[in-house]
Order: sequence, then structure tokens, then C-alpha cells
Amino acid sequence: MTLQNSSEEFFTEFSKNSAPRPLLRVTNIEKRYGQRIGCSSVNFDLYPGEVMGIVGESGSGKSTLLNCLAGHLAPDQGEVLFDTRGAGLVDTMTMAEPERRMLSRTDWAFVHQHARDGLRMSVSAGGNVGERLMAVGARHYGQIRDEAIDWLGRVEINETRIDDRPSAFSGGMQQRLQIARNLVTGPRLVFMDEPTGGLDVSVQARLLDLLRGLVRQMGLSAIIVTHDLAVVRLLADRLMVMKDGHVVETGLTDQVLDDPQHAYTQLLVSSVLQV
Amino acid sequence: MTDYNFAYLDEQTKRMIRRAILKGLAIPGYQVPFASREMPMPYGWGTGGVQVSAATLTPEDVFKVIDQGADDTTNAVSIRKFFQATAGVDTTEETEEATVIQTRHRIPEAPLNEDQILVYQVPIPEPLRFLEPRETETRKMHSLEEYGLMHVKLYEDIARHGAIATAYAYPVKVEGRYVMDPSPIPKFDNPKMTMPAIQLFGAGREQRIYALPPYTKVVSLDFEDYPFEASKADHSCELCGADDSYLDEVIVDDQGGRIFVCSDTAYCAARQAAQSDAAAAQYEEISA
Amino acid sequence: MISIQNVEKSFTLHNQGAAVITVMSDANVEVTPGECVALAGASGAGKSTLMRMIYGNYLTQSGSIRVDGVDVVGANPRDVLDLRRTTLGYVSQFLRVVPRVPTLDVVAEPLMVLGEDEGAARDKAAALLARLNIPERLWSLSPTTFSGGEQQRVNIARGFVHPYRALLLDEPTASLDAQNRETVMCLIEEAKTRGAAIVGIFHDESARDRVCDRVLDVTSFLPKGDA
Repeated sequence: MTLQNSSEEFFTEFSKNSAPRPLLRVTNIEKRYGQRIGCSSVNFDLYPGEVMGIVGESGSGKSTLLNCLAGHLAPDQGEVLFDTRGAGLVDTMTMAEPERRMLSRTDWAFVHQHARDGLRMSVSAGGNVGERLMAVGARHYGQIRDEAIDWLGRVEINETRIDDRPSAFSGGMQQRLQIARNLVTGPRLVFMDEPTGGLDVSVQARLLDLLRGLVRQMGLSAIIVTHDLAVVRLLADRLMVMKDGHVVETGLTDQVLDDPQHAYTQLLVSSVLQV
Repeated sequence: MTDYNFAYLDEQTKRMIRRAILKGLAIPGYQVPFASREMPMPYGWGTGGVQVSAATLTPEDVFKVIDQGADDTTNAVSIRKFFQATAGVDTTEETEEATVIQTRHRIPEAPLNEDQILVYQVPIPEPLRFLEPRETETRKMHSLEEYGLMHVKLYEDIARHGAIATAYAYPVKVEGRYVMDPSPIPKFDNPKMTMPAIQLFGAGREQRIYALPPYTKVVSLDFEDYPFEASKADHSCELCGADDSYLDEVIVDDQGGRIFVCSDTAYCAARQAAQSDAAAAQYEEISA
Repeated sequence: MISIQNVEKSFTLHNQGAAVITVMSDANVEVTPGECVALAGASGAGKSTLMRMIYGNYLTQSGSIRVDGVDVVGANPRDVLDLRRTTLGYVSQFLRVVPRVPTLDVVAEPLMVLGEDEGAARDKAAALLARLNIPERLWSLSPTTFSGGEQQRVNIARGFVHPYRALLLDEPTASLDAQNRETVMCLIEEAKTRGAAIVGIFHDESARDRVCDRVLDVTSFLPKGDA
């Protein structure tokens, strides 16, 4: 009787979740720099279409964590499982390097805080957008160019700028170009490190709107590291608050911001200047 | 001659270089690192090619050197003299007679055969260097066959110039695997690289050797809608009249007057000699 | 449709000596489809708090809050988000949007996230904005520059554009003129007719009397001794 009940519950639970498999499953990630903890005991599941924000002050370990997740840093412990198209959930840490690199230019994307870290500054805007296409085998100039024009349009860069180098672009345009360059292959997971950092407030708003639209239209999942609570409120479904390398609070973004439970989160939220 | 070890380099060094050459031949297009030696000439004057030639030459070889196709330029003459002095090998200016040909920036017009070795002088062996300055990264790209970047370079060419403007050092893919810099030969020569002779490439400053065994498949990179074209100046040689050879443009006066002549001096000379022989024969026929 | 049982809520103020303030205990509410329940009580009695708890915006310490079978208390964020997208609408007093986004898109967004065609979603949004007397020349502007009353109506349009089966309304008629107030009343009545369960805060007594089936004084949920 008990057994039957629990199995029924299990099936109700199971059928309720239309997408039972997470896109990314992170278990027990730890990264140390000698004695110092970069980040520790990080666990979460990210489902298709979900946007998760990671907030915390400088040195809280949020960037370390992001780099571990994206495969830029090797964690000392833990697993980062990604739902690959071919083989289902695979640990990206133990994956062969060619596969991981293939992943990072097809299903994954990484948007850097400084656009120049994510762009080839000596290559035209069109070449920057086309690179990922050529990397996966596109060999028709006209089609690559059409695709680049389409993407420049989507990130609101006039197509007359297609042959200009990013160095001739404003900061906001460079950031939008970086986003186009990353999203052109239709990734499923985007890592963003302070995507609006260093931009004017008016430019930030435009970028946020753009990102929201793209996330919705493409059904993207994203992990956004930022210290800007306004950015996560508008972009992230879920929030993870980090302090000294540890996750101190997680939950729905608006719940964490409006009814913070942990002392540090309360301090963080109450420290934001209201306008 | 007894003042020097045969072909200048000591036997240990030649052995090391031959190993690199053999490895290069076994993995066509792959850049094999080697311990490049100081040579009695500055970097950029063909130290890589000279070391490969030194390790390749045997006393029976007949040696030819060309620079931009010409046998009579300073660089070609001095390298030829260098091996005359240090190896005592016979030298020639005729392509067909040579067994080892060291070249800078050209492939001879006359077809090469299975008994010949073509040694290229290479300034920058890494075709990806233009877009990726990190050696660690380019090596990884080669090992993982990540060559999208190569097409970015060609894309930039078309975007900027309306066509692939790369006219020399035009990148090739070797046996469907490694992308290789053919050294700064004009792209006119690219199709000749699938040939019966052995091709060896030496980069002295960069300390790399790579190689193509006979009949290796060498394909120039391109786009479906912008296919590779081996181009040359649309003229014929002013001296021999050839319309199928690669031409140099020469300014001949202060008014901007110019002529086009074969860059391969041996080829041009042979054609001119044949023409004057034919003319002489005709003259004899008439006078007889 | 909305079932609240034995709910308790407290705030722990870590930055003020970890003071624990219990603001609600033993709250029980049932709202059936087609029913509209008004929350009443003095300011600070916990009306907004309870609404936010139902929406999952405030964390509930104990008890259960079921909306269409999903227990918001202790549910994982994904299920709450899903509930908010499909079933549970919320018209708050504050408009929180990305600056620069046109009003029409702000209102159509709840439909777009459900996968509705952008054109169709905008048509529905336009119809609702027109009904709420937002002049068409404002539709392409961001509502952040609007007056309080206009923002309020944009919020209402957002909350009614999708036929949510459960609705939370925080002062939906505040700062509206008679004509727009009438429109909102009609929207609420239509929602009830199609079977939506509604919980609302109405300071406007005539509005409350017209659309609400019963009034619930949340003062009764204050912890004993505090009342």
C-alpha cells in the first residue's frame, strides 16, 4: 500500500515535469587556489529555457564558478553534466577535449564582460559572426554573409557596418556583436559574465531587452554572473547568492530579492540604492 | 673541401634533421619542430632551406637554387656557392638536370619527376598565425582539426576586396588533414604541388620542418561560391613569348614603361635557346 | 483552486539583531473557481503579504498553499515559474519592466512566453489596451514614462491578457477614473464568469461590494496576542 502510494506519487511528480531532464546538472563543484576557496559545494540543476543569475560581491567566487562550469577552469572536485545531443547527460570535465571544444562552439556560448575578450578585433563584424559557422563547416560565402547580416539585424547593428572592425564600434555595439557572434550557431546554453558591466545605463537597458527577447525566442538557457541586482531581476528566473565561495541562498529571483532569508542577502538587497 | 664536414653540418645534426624530415614525410603537412642551427647567413636568407638541403644532399647530387624563380639573384648564387664549397656537389641551372632544388617563392615551370627533391625556404610556417598569435592554441587547433579560422581569413579577403585577394602563401589542405602554408609561392603554383617529386619545407628561424611525399593530395582552400583560381598576369613573356608561365613585372624606363617576363629564368632561357636554334635551323634550311 | 492551510509567516531581520517577527499564523483560505475573495484589514495586517505568499514572492515558513494542485510552499522554482506562466496571474501596484520596451510588447509578453504567435499576441494586447483607453500613440512607447494611472492600466492589461485561472489583484482600481474603473470591473466579472479564482485587495468599497463574493479579514491571521 505504502509502496503503491509512493510510486503513484512518483509518477504524478514525473509526468508533471514536462521536461524531466535538466540541461545542466552541477554537483558538488569545488575549486581551491591553494588554501583559499574559490568556490565550494555548489549544486544545482538548470532546465531548458531557464535563466539563472549568480550574484555576490567581488571575490565571492561567482566568476570562478562560471569558469568552472564553462570548462575554462578545472574544478578540484565535482561534476558538470550537460545534456548532449548525442549521448544525454555527460560529464564535461571527463569529456575528451575535442568534444568539449566542439561543444563550446556549438551548443555553448560564452559572453565576456569585456567584448574585446570575446571578439577578434582585427576581423570585420561579419567575419566575427561568421566564424562559428565556418568552424562547423559552412563553406558558402554568400550564405555565411546572409546569416551574418541577419544576426547583425537581430542585435540592432546596421548591416552597412558589416565590413567594419569592432574597434570602430561603441562599447554597447561591441557587446551586441559579441552576443550575435555567440548565438549564431543556435547554442542551448549561454554563460554570461557581467554582460552589462561597464556600459551606460541607457545602453544596458537596450541590451537587457535584446537578451530577454533572444532568450525567449530561442528557448535559451543561461547562467548570468553579475553584481547588479536590477539586471538579474529583469533577466533571471532563479537566483543564487554567493559569499566567500559558498552558496548562501537560492530561489526564485523575485523571492530572494523581496524576501531574502540569509543575513548576507538581506544586507546585499538593503544596500542597493533606490532610484 | 677537407676544411668542411660534407655539406657543412656535422653528422649528428644532419641525422637530427633527417629524422625530422622522415617524420614530416610520414605525417604530410604536419610541422615537425627541429633544433635549427646557426648558419653562416642571416635568418630570412634561407637558413631553414639550407639546413634541409644539407641533410638531403649526397655527393652524387646535382644541386640547383632559385630565388623567385631566378638562378642568378644574389641569394641563389651565394647558396649555390656555399654548397659548391662545402659539399663539392655539381650544380646546374637546368631544372631537368637537378636532383635537389632549393627554392624561395617559386615552383619551377618544368614538371618535376620522382627522382627529384624540392626544398622550400619558409619564413612563417604557421598558416593560422595571422589570426591566432598563440602557438599553444594553433597547435591545439591543428591537432583537433579546428580550421574554421582559416576560412575567416578568406572571408575577410572577399569582404574587403570582392574576391580572395591572397595571391601568395595561399593556404592548402594536405591529404584532407593538415592545413599548411605552402611558403610564399604565388597561388599560380598551388596546383603544381600534387607532384611526383618530394617536397620539403624548412623554416630556420621558426625551427619547423614539414614535408609532402610524392603525389600527395594538396587542395587550396576556398568557398563554394568563390572557388580557388590559380592566377597570373594576363600577358605573355616579353622574352620567350610563353603565355603559360608565371610572370614578373619589370619597370624598364622612367616613363613607367613595363614588360612582363618569365620569373623562371631557366625555363625562359631554354625557350629562347630553342627558338634561336629553330631560327638557325630555318636559316640553314633556306641557305642550303 | 486556491487552498491555503495552516500557513505561518515570519521575517528574520538578521541585520537588526536577528529579530524574528511573526506576522501570520494559522491562516486558512479556500477560493473556488469563479469566486472572488477580498482581503480586508488595517494597513500592515498582512493583506499584501498573503498575496505575495500565494504568488511565491514571499517564502512561507509552514503550512501549504495550493494553487491548481501545486503547493507553492517548498515547490522548486521551476514549478512556481510554470504556475505563474500558465495559471496564476498577478496585478501588482508596481510596474517592473525593462526600460525602452514598447507598451504593446510589455502587455503581449505573457502570451509570447507561452509560445503564442507574436502577431496574435500583439493583437490581443492592442485590443485590451484600447479597451482600457490607453491612447494608441502611446503603445510604441515604454510605460516607464507614463503617469501612475496609465501604468496601473498597463499592469491590468498584462494581468488579463492571458485567461489565468487564478488571479491576484492588488488594488486594481486605485487611481483610476470612473470610466476605466468600470472597464476593470467588467474584466474582473468576465474572469469570474470563465471560472477564475480571484483574491484581491480593494480599498474601493463599492468595487469590492460589486465583484467580491466574500470579504476575509486577515486580522484574524495575526499571531495570537498581537491582535
